[in-house]
Amino acid sequence: MAGTTSMRMREALNAALREEMQRDESVFLMGEDIGVFEGAFKVTEGLMKEFGEARVRDTPISENTIVGAGVGAAMAGMRPVVELMTVNFSLLAFDQIINHAASIPYMFNGQVRVPLVVRMPGGGGHQLGPTHSHSFEAMFLQIPGILVACPSTAADGKALLKSAIRDDNPVVFIEHETLYGMRGEVPDDEDVTLPFGHAAVRREGEDVTIVGILKMAHEAERAAKTLSEDHGIEADVIDPRTLRPLDLDTILESVRKTNRVVIVEEGWPHGGVGANLAALIQEQAFDYLDAPIQRVTGADVPMPYSKRLEQSAIPHPEHIVSAVLETTAGAK
Amino acid sequence: MAEQPETSTVQTPAGDLESSRGRSLPDADTCRELLRQMTLIRRFEEEAGRQYQRAKAGGFLHLAIGEEATIVGTTSVMEPEDYLIGTYRTHGHAIARGTDPKNVMAEIFGREDGTARGRGGSMHIFDGERRFMGGYGIVGGNLPIAAGLALASDLKGTDEVTVCMFGDGASNTGNFGETMNLAALWSLPIVFLVENNLYGMGTAIERHSAVTDLSHKAEGMGVPGERVDGMDVIAIRECVADHLRMAREDRRPTLVEAFTYRYRGHSAADPEVYRDKHEVEEWRQKDPIESFAKRLVDEGVVADGFLEEVRAQVEEQVVEAAEFADASPDPPLDSLYDNLYVLPEESGGWYAVDERTPDPFRGEREREAAERDRVRDLHEAGAAYAEEGDDEGRPADEAQGGGASGSHSREQGRSGHPRHDQRDEDDDRGDGEPEDAI
Ligand SMILES: Cc1ncc(C[n+]2csc(CCOP(=O)(O)OP(=O)(O)O)c2C)c(N)n1
Ligand SMILES: [Mg+2]
Repeated sequence: MAGTTSMRMREALNAALREEMQRDESVFLMGEDIGVFEGAFKVTEGLMKEFGEARVRDTPISENTIVGAGVGAAMAGMRPVVELMTVNFSLLAFDQIINHAASIPYMFNGQVRVPLVVRMPGGGGHQLGPTHSHSFEAMFLQIPGILVACPSTAADGKALLKSAIRDDNPVVFIEHETLYGMRGEVPDDEDVTLPFGHAAVRREGEDVTIVGILKMAHEAERAAKTLSEDHGIEADVIDPRTLRPLDLDTILESVRKTNRVVIVEEGWPHGGVGANLAALIQEQAFDYLDAPIQRVTGADVPMPYSKRLEQSAIPHPEHIVSAVLETTAGAK
Repeated sequence: MAEQPETSTVQTPAGDLESSRGRSLPDADTCRELLRQMTLIRRFEEEAGRQYQRAKAGGFLHLAIGEEATIVGTTSVMEPEDYLIGTYRTHGHAIARGTDPKNVMAEIFGREDGTARGRGGSMHIFDGERRFMGGYGIVGGNLPIAAGLALASDLKGTDEVTVCMFGDGASNTGNFGETMNLAALWSLPIVFLVENNLYGMGTAIERHSAVTDLSHKAEGMGVPGERVDGMDVIAIRECVADHLRMAREDRRPTLVEAFTYRYRGHSAADPEVYRDKHEVEEWRQKDPIESFAKRLVDEGVVADGFLEEVRAQVEEQVVEAAEFADASPDPPLDSLYDNLYVLPEESGGWYAVDERTPDPFRGEREREAAERDRVRDLHEAGAAYAEEGDDEGRPADEAQGGGASGSHSREQGRSGHPRHDQRDEDDDRGDGEPEDAI
């Protein structure tokens, strides 16, 4: 069995890009400051040196156009990976992502595919204020025609990115800014990929199901530890890893066992990932629920800059513990 | 255009630009004020950088050191009712419009007395009263807004002009082309001013723009332009005054390309691998403050040593601003939802669906007292993570194993700015983790 190496998330993503570029000549990168500057978050460090300026392309500040150029190149047989500096800037590229990348394969009846990956980091915690700190998983989740990945560990980051590049569908690949420095064991084997639509069960318990994505997958684990130690409550903790396709089966299986659900995300509550998942769960497993599904979300405001306001607007383990206690009240 | 007597030239990487040396200076008071403002902005920015290193400010910090003449030259010829709108590098622009440096610094600190009560931060300074219509974190986002400000001035029949400042990198955004066309098509009273500091973040202009003569970049869209030495406050002043007149009187939008340079990195965490130290040195030789002070002495407007006097003055002002900012309280947690909406009496329905609001939402059942306490406690618990720094009491061993989870740690990066990431303590990179920089 091949071994593993301890890597930070940014290094794991970097390795995925490098390996896929070595493996497949049609893979190339485009993005603002990804070459000479080596990326705002240093995910593309060293890649321009290794692969040259033709395959690692610094672009002007033109988000919609570089995503669109990615769509075109993908239609013509390349496998572009476009980096957008933050998810907030992806809003400038929504036309190409939704009207074009997502629709083209369907609109032209499958005559052409768009094997494009658009990577973007999001999330709060760095005091970047209302134009740089949001979480748009829910918005991307809503769009038929694109896949959505949201890895929370270095190993998943690498394996999912490799799968995304090899996938024939357009993929929105969402990273979390505060996870780039996080370390994890990553398999050395270059053939390890992670097919989309497979959730990870990070912890097992009988009393409640906690679903969390990105940074909130970690906060959910921390909350579960507290629940176990301080309250004698044992939680299933599930990280869906991809939102489209969504491994609803794993979540439903857990719900049928625990009968209680808390869904955690950093994004806004209205029309959020949790709102969607709660609807799916009650449609599919209403008879198994013993309490209302609880959601823990980011505050319903643009992300404020002030450190205290920002931290108060982001979910923490305390919020999750409190929501679990609400949903399990009277059960024990 | 103004009469041009004997001219000398100033060399920039863009070629030779005409110096204002041959032209006469404005009156002595104006000259002193120009120098004072530039010096104040310089010292303010240095202090902001220092406070950032001390972790008094968070996020990204973009300093305009080196670009003072472009800022002050422009604002010095604007009327009080004219609008100014800019980027995320606009502490100085607000100060030049008359905003108290104390409030700008307090915003950088994220405090209650900041220009936006800590909501916006360094990238989003705003002072509506002084018609500084904002700094914006989205590159190019301010251009269409500028067109709207000018449109309103036009519709209201005023002779206000909007000055819209942005970077060379922003000239590549779709907003640039679309706004230029609209402004020309509708004859909007607007002066576009591109602060060409030769880089968009770490990408040099010849690597990001096919047309590097930005003064001509909007011509095809109906907006003619002119280049000016952005390190020369008098040249900027005269040039912008001309363009303001064209906008105000002739209703013609134009573009001014000011050649300038930022001495510091793009933001505080920029290792600057993309440019040569000599280049920075060369530009420092053209320092807008030193060169203007020297000219004032040479032409007998001020006595030798005047610059030192001004420096001492602004020193006091800036130190005071930092003290004021530090003494200003954090915004109260129950202000989280302030100004999200205007709430008309007659409207119904729930505006937000988050339980962090201290009072129940309109339409929501009255919360019981115990419930309200629980919500308030949770709100406090979340905010408390701001104080705990990054070591949130979690064992370091959580960081290992299966890629499961990392611990929060506070770590010094290259710039010495403490980090707020999920990282482990050990760092196998000799030079420390790379800093994020946008
Ligand atoms: C739409 C968008 N894309 C990318 C960024 C990240 N970013 C911030 S500043 C910057 C460079 C801008 O350069 P320029 O317009 O020349 O202004 P300067 O910083 O030099 O003043 C970039 C790419 C952003 N803020 N907004
Ligand atoms: Mg620039």
